[in-house]
Amino acid sequence: MKQTHKVKIVDNVEISPGIYKIDLLFKEIVESAKAGQFVNMYTNSSGSLLPRPISISQINKEKNVLTIVYAVVGKGTKALSEMKIGDEVKVLGPLGNGFNIPKEAENHIVIGGGIGAPPLVELVKQLKGNIEVYLGFRSNPILIEEFKEYGAKVYVATEDGSVGIKGNVRDILKEKNLKADMIYSCGPKPMLKAIAKYATENGIKAQVSMEERMACGIGACVGCTCKTKKKEEVQNKKVCKDGPVFYSEEVVWND
Amino acid sequence: MTNPNIKVNIAEVELKNPVMTASGTFGSGREYGEYVDLNKLGAVVVKGVAKEPWDGNPTPRIAETYGGMLNSVGLQNPGVDEFIEKDIPFLRQFDTKIIVNIAGKSIEDYCEVAKKLIKADIDLIELNISCPNVKAGGVNFGTDPAMVEEVTKAVKKVAKQPLIVKLTPNVTDIVAIAKAAVRGGADALSLINTLLGMAIDIHKRKPILANTVGGLSGPAIKPVALRMVYQVANAVDVPIIGMGGIANGEDAVEFILAGASAVAVGTANFNNPTATIDVIDEVKEYMDKYNVENLDDIRGKLL
Ligand SMILES: Cc1cc2nc3c(=O)[nH]c(=O)nc-3n(C[C@H](O)[C@H](O)[C@H](O)COP(=O)(O)OP(=O)(O)OC[C@H]3O[C@@H](n4cnc5c(N)ncnc54)[C@H](O)[C@@H]3O)c2cc1C
Ligand SMILES: Cc1cc2nc3c(=O)[nH]c(=O)nc-3n(C[C@H](O)[C@H](O)[C@H](O)COP(=O)(O)O)c2cc1C
Ligand code: FES
Repeated sequence: MKQTHKVKIVDNVEISPGIYKIDLLFKEIVESAKAGQFVNMYTNSSGSLLPRPISISQINKEKNVLTIVYAVVGKGTKALSEMKIGDEVKVLGPLGNGFNIPKEAENHIVIGGGIGAPPLVELVKQLKGNIEVYLGFRSNPILIEEFKEYGAKVYVATEDGSVGIKGNVRDILKEKNLKADMIYSCGPKPMLKAIAKYATENGIKAQVSMEERMACGIGACVGCTCKTKKKEEVQNKKVCKDGPVFYSEEVVWND
Repeated sequence: MTNPNIKVNIAEVELKNPVMTASGTFGSGREYGEYVDLNKLGAVVVKGVAKEPWDGNPTPRIAETYGGMLNSVGLQNPGVDEFIEKDIPFLRQFDTKIIVNIAGKSIEDYCEVAKKLIKADIDLIELNISCPNVKAGGVNFGTDPAMVEEVTKAVKKVAKQPLIVKLTPNVTDIVAIAKAAVRGGADALSLINTLLGMAIDIHKRKPILANTVGGLSGPAIKPVALRMVYQVANAVDVPIIGMGGIANGEDAVEFILAGASAVAVGTANFNNPTATIDVIDEVKEYMDKYNVENLDDIRGKLL
């Protein structure tokens, strides 16, 4: 039987204002976890029942460590940020499908927006060939060094212009004539929608990691649906179970 | 531990224990079946099914609130035909009872689902009357005693399996509704469904749910659920399945003391995937502690 695990926190640091990186000693899942999957974190904040879905950012099989990076946006992530090294946290996972890495693909474009960047680190680690990473942030970019360490060429845009190009990922895309076998992306929905359009126009396949409010996280409650289409038939898929990663052409974007 | 007798009987169907899943929180058991041994459950109550597939509401459909959550799933389901074809064979692999929750927009809709289930290998039907009656201007079936009696009677007439009627708490007089369901022929009652609620994102100045309102469930509603079970248990003679915020054995025992024959665990699954099994074990622990041999010895027995 699968189960929730109580796992030990071995690191929990603020890497940028309001953004934390947490390392979990999580032997049970490092073997099976894939880039693009997520875990359900059960935080101890008072009156809170639902788990917080957070993407896996890195998997370290030697050290049995799972890394996640999260933004403090509400009471659950606040409670998480206050946990100390040595504390235990209840976690369920790995959940969801993760990115699909086609064997024959050689040229990869990876696009992350804000707190959508973390799951792409493990992805880049897994990719072989030419990897270009495009990251957009409001300000204060994160994880740039990690992406570089795994051999990617990194392009950054910030809305305040503090680092890289002033603007967002869409602005970089407009300028470039990207050649790639596959686009992988995670970030705010308007960005993903723009990528989907770009991918269609340029005849490139794109994978998008979607986000939705969840309850169970395992496909039982139908809380987290995403409208998708197969040929002309529109269908509700579950972001937690059928996703979070979808092919951009599957997703019905106009809502 | 001694082995207390926790079998219960709901309309001639014997459950090995009083713990079932609350409709809509457990799918058809497939997903949670990876976390709990479905053979250990008294019954699996499946997600509501309708005559045809329903799309449900737009997202966000989920909002957490203090001690509870709101959902506006809107009864998305694949329709009864697909359910019969795919989910019943799956569930029948397990030694547990199958209770099918049915939804409809008109009396004819409900009857059609019940008819399609005549030949299906299931144990009980649970009629979810917290649905708008399209032919009556969208008034919720479950809020009007006359409509409750009428829909219960109509479905009872065509259904082959015993009928549980599931009551909505969004009424002024739950006892009047319960009595109407019993007059209509309900073999058992289950209560409560979710309480209508709302949550607002003050930063966006918008409701969190795309549907604006949704059903509140979880520990926050337990006192209301318990009160309603208590009132109804004292007013009707059919067995009652109590639910609303049950997360552990103590919660379940409270409902049994209030008069419930069985209980259902819903929202708690989201917080703890093995909540159903934990509830069963903890009910046994309670019985052990107080030397209760038989659940009947405490059911409705407040001192
Ligand atoms: C598949 C998936 C992967 C994610 N990966 C990451 C990640 O790697 N890093 C990260 O910082 N965040 C990630 N998120 C978003 C993260 O789940 C929310 O920011 C978090 O749940 C907020 O919880 P809170 O208690 O701090 O906020 P609150 O606003 O207090 O939360 C209240 C409720 O709303 C839900 N909620 C609030 N915001 C979101 C949101 N944006 N998406 C989904 N549910 C939300 C919460 O889960 C909770 O149930 C991911 C979301 C999904 C669905
Ligand atoms: C996500 C969700 C979906 C639900 N779907 C149904 C449903 O399809 N039919 C139904 O009768 N009740 C449905 N309910 C109500 C539950 O079965 C139950 O009556 C209610 O949630 C109270 O119990 P709880 O607090 O243990 O969850 C749903 C509840 C939730 C949280
Ligand atoms: S969160 Fe329950 S089905 Fe996805």
